[in-house]
Amino acid sequence: MTAPRTDADHCVRAIVDRYGVDATYMLQILREVQEQRGWISPDIIDSLEAALKVPRTKIEAVAGFYSFLHTEPVGKYRVLFSDNITDRMLGNIALLDRMAANFGIKRGDVSPDGLVSIDTTSCTGMCDQGPAMLVNTRAITRLNAERIDQICELIRKEVPVDHWPSGFFQVTDNIRRADVLLKDGFKAGEAIAAALALGSDGMLEQIKASNLRGRGGAGFHTGLKWELCRNAAGTDHYVVCNADEGEPGTFKDRVLLTSYADQVFEGMTICASVINARRGFLYLRGEYRYLLEPLNVVLARRRMQGLLGKSIQGKEGFDFDIEIHLGAGAYVCGEESALIESLEGKRGTPRNRPPFPVTSGYLNQPTVVNNVETLLKTCMIARKGGEWYAKMGTPKSTGTKLLSISGDCDRPGIYEYPFGVTVAQVLADCGAHNVQAVQISGAAGVCIAPDEFGRKIAFEDIPTAGSFMVFDNNRDMFEVARNFTHFFAHESCGFCTPCRVGTSLLVNMMDKLDAGKGSPADFTEIKELNKHLFKLSHCGLGHSACNPVLETIAKFRPAYERRLVHKNFVPAFDLDGSLATARRLTQRDDAAAHLGEEHE
Amino acid sequence: MPQPISVKNMSEHTFTLDGKTIPFTPGQTIIQAAMDAGHYLPYLCYHPDMKAHGSCKVCTVKIGERFIASCTTLAQDGLVVESDSAVLHEERLSLVQMLFVEGNHFCPSCEKSGNCQLQATAYDMKMMTPHYPQFFPNRPVDASHPDFLLDTNRCILCSLCVRASRDVDGKNVFGLSGRGIHTRLIVNSASGKLGDTDFSADDKAAKVCPVGAILPKRKGFAVPIGERTYDEKPISVFTAIERKEK
Repeated sequence: MTAPRTDADHCVRAIVDRYGVDATYMLQILREVQEQRGWISPDIIDSLEAALKVPRTKIEAVAGFYSFLHTEPVGKYRVLFSDNITDRMLGNIALLDRMAANFGIKRGDVSPDGLVSIDTTSCTGMCDQGPAMLVNTRAITRLNAERIDQICELIRKEVPVDHWPSGFFQVTDNIRRADVLLKDGFKAGEAIAAALALGSDGMLEQIKASNLRGRGGAGFHTGLKWELCRNAAGTDHYVVCNADEGEPGTFKDRVLLTSYADQVFEGMTICASVINARRGFLYLRGEYRYLLEPLNVVLARRRMQGLLGKSIQGKEGFDFDIEIHLGAGAYVCGEESALIESLEGKRGTPRNRPPFPVTSGYLNQPTVVNNVETLLKTCMIARKGGEWYAKMGTPKSTGTKLLSISGDCDRPGIYEYPFGVTVAQVLADCGAHNVQAVQISGAAGVCIAPDEFGRKIAFEDIPTAGSFMVFDNNRDMFEVARNFTHFFAHESCGFCTPCRVGTSLLVNMMDKLDAGKGSPADFTEIKELNKHLFKLSHCGLGHSACNPVLETIAKFRPAYERRLVHKNFVPAFDLDGSLATARRLTQRDDAAAHLGEEHE
Repeated sequence: MPQPISVKNMSEHTFTLDGKTIPFTPGQTIIQAAMDAGHYLPYLCYHPDMKAHGSCKVCTVKIGERFIASCTTLAQDGLVVESDSAVLHEERLSLVQMLFVEGNHFCPSCEKSGNCQLQATAYDMKMMTPHYPQFFPNRPVDASHPDFLLDTNRCILCSLCVRASRDVDGKNVFGLSGRGIHTRLIVNSASGKLGDTDFSADDKAAKVCPVGAILPKRKGFAVPIGERTYDEKPISVFTAIERKEK
């Protein structure tokens, strides 16, 4: 006789059954269970262990990896303030403090009645309409003191988030400059028809002729990637759309998925026709949870239209369908092999490479992983030809690029430019004044000072995934770099020693400078540590974690020197602070129980 | 008459390690070939009996301008591999120092002292101080198992116990959870206690910990300090065969 089922059991069984008792859906299962139950409690893990027949070490390994999965109780209302530098510049911390004070709690705490928990999270991709937050996975934009007070009231009255004023959840596209891609009049199905008319070889030829390069930032040639995957031996081939847009300051994919979803799915379908894939995945970052239902509606319509499913557009044997997987707060999953691990329901740890995903990706089968924007471009190339496309941009960087512009400018939003546009032109167009610096391609990118504003956005000069954050003369570039070091430490997967330990050491050193304990010795130390990170790290996250600091040291050295206030080394170790436990135990707090500055 | 098939014999596949010619069989990694040829490369998360992981990065070598883990890189004909150089000594030393400050490693009171790979590697690298500020993490000690003590203060997250339990013992007693600096070793029981798992002394996972995180009970200091493995000679002069037996 089986034990009577608990509530947790019922909830888990229903979800696990819907996913076909398949542990590769572990992340999706955990996410859905949490949406119903609030957090992943020990009895949930018991039920999952029984239902999925996997050891709990594997379940806890995954549940503990993703920021948005909770293995400890959280508030009924889980409030996460987006903490990108652009949110900081818009005053997110004052708003967070206001809200925390309202509930009488501190950042990171759950209120004693379990009603609310308040914390920060990495950039939520709303930089052009921040400060932003997530409440129970729903994105709220344009926060101000008034809106915060309203939110506090709604939480106190326990109004379900679905019944909050819809204006809170308004997310606008803010398309400021449209070029061929964003202006394109497009009818669902016509790019697939064009691709099928060209045939698999012909379509691949057009992609190669277009010289299209990946828009995730690395710039690998899309045609070559598709060809390598098509030619790789495997029982199945897969198409993955990387919509884990996590680079701080980027939000173009959010706009494409909101208003151009047909082209995204159509691009995936064209890729499938070339590489012979039957299944595709769109890996959507957890911050864009609110897009899941609208995207599923588009997928359902496309199935009705014969653009997905069996015999697409009547072509016998062309069977392909797409499912959406949600991430759960892990920037590192934007790295393609970590993304594939996550798709397989595991911790998002980058794989050892080679082999590369084109030969051994999802379930170790040949897999193409393409950026959202790249896939849209393949739709245009199918219809208008590779040669037409190659005429735009520069010879090495053909076509156009979407930029997500935020920070100190009059018109933040989405700008589409042919490759080769100068930084100065972009700054003029977005209404930026007294610019001190531009951070291009996010925290992992480059920091450009005014003497470099003549440089071009192109793979051969400044390659970018699209993030473009503007800082005017009033901004402190040390604070910018410090924000990014916190970001990398928070997002380090923890697999390799240099990144796991090094990013946290770097945070402590930057915080030490910030606390007024810096000396020239710390400055040397920071530079040395960054060298180790760059040389030894396992993946791009660790390699680029040193960029913001090294770039700002090279270009904005005074911002650091202001903080090197001591001539001689000052320890970071707080001797007096370390006696706090002893004071508490002895119930003493008199002057003699403290080590003051005068003792040093 | 059939033509004799030309087969490259083993010695025909070679790369160089610090200018010395190293033979290899295709499929071998750089560290495997180097160890078979009697050369020392430092490592902590690697184990000759298990699939390489490539996480500690202590076995990093330099090929061209790239720094790369030798345990996960396949040997190839003609590779020029650099290992014994000032830059690599400095990089590897920094990794070992990071591991020392990340956990709580009190060598003088540790039962593993003298048999510990982390300690021996640090001595061999002539590490004088941990250099970086200590994290002093608050980590649990688990004495619930009748035969073993699990002290995660000393864990360096090499995942050898995870891999041994999963791949050799077929048990999944251990796992890694958390992320970043909060990555931690977990065990397969609802209570989170090792005593509630099916871990046993016969497990491969009981024998692979390079540090003192998984220690047998009631065997404390059976071999006195001064007569232990790495008291005898530095870790770098052990032959590959001897290391495999450790």
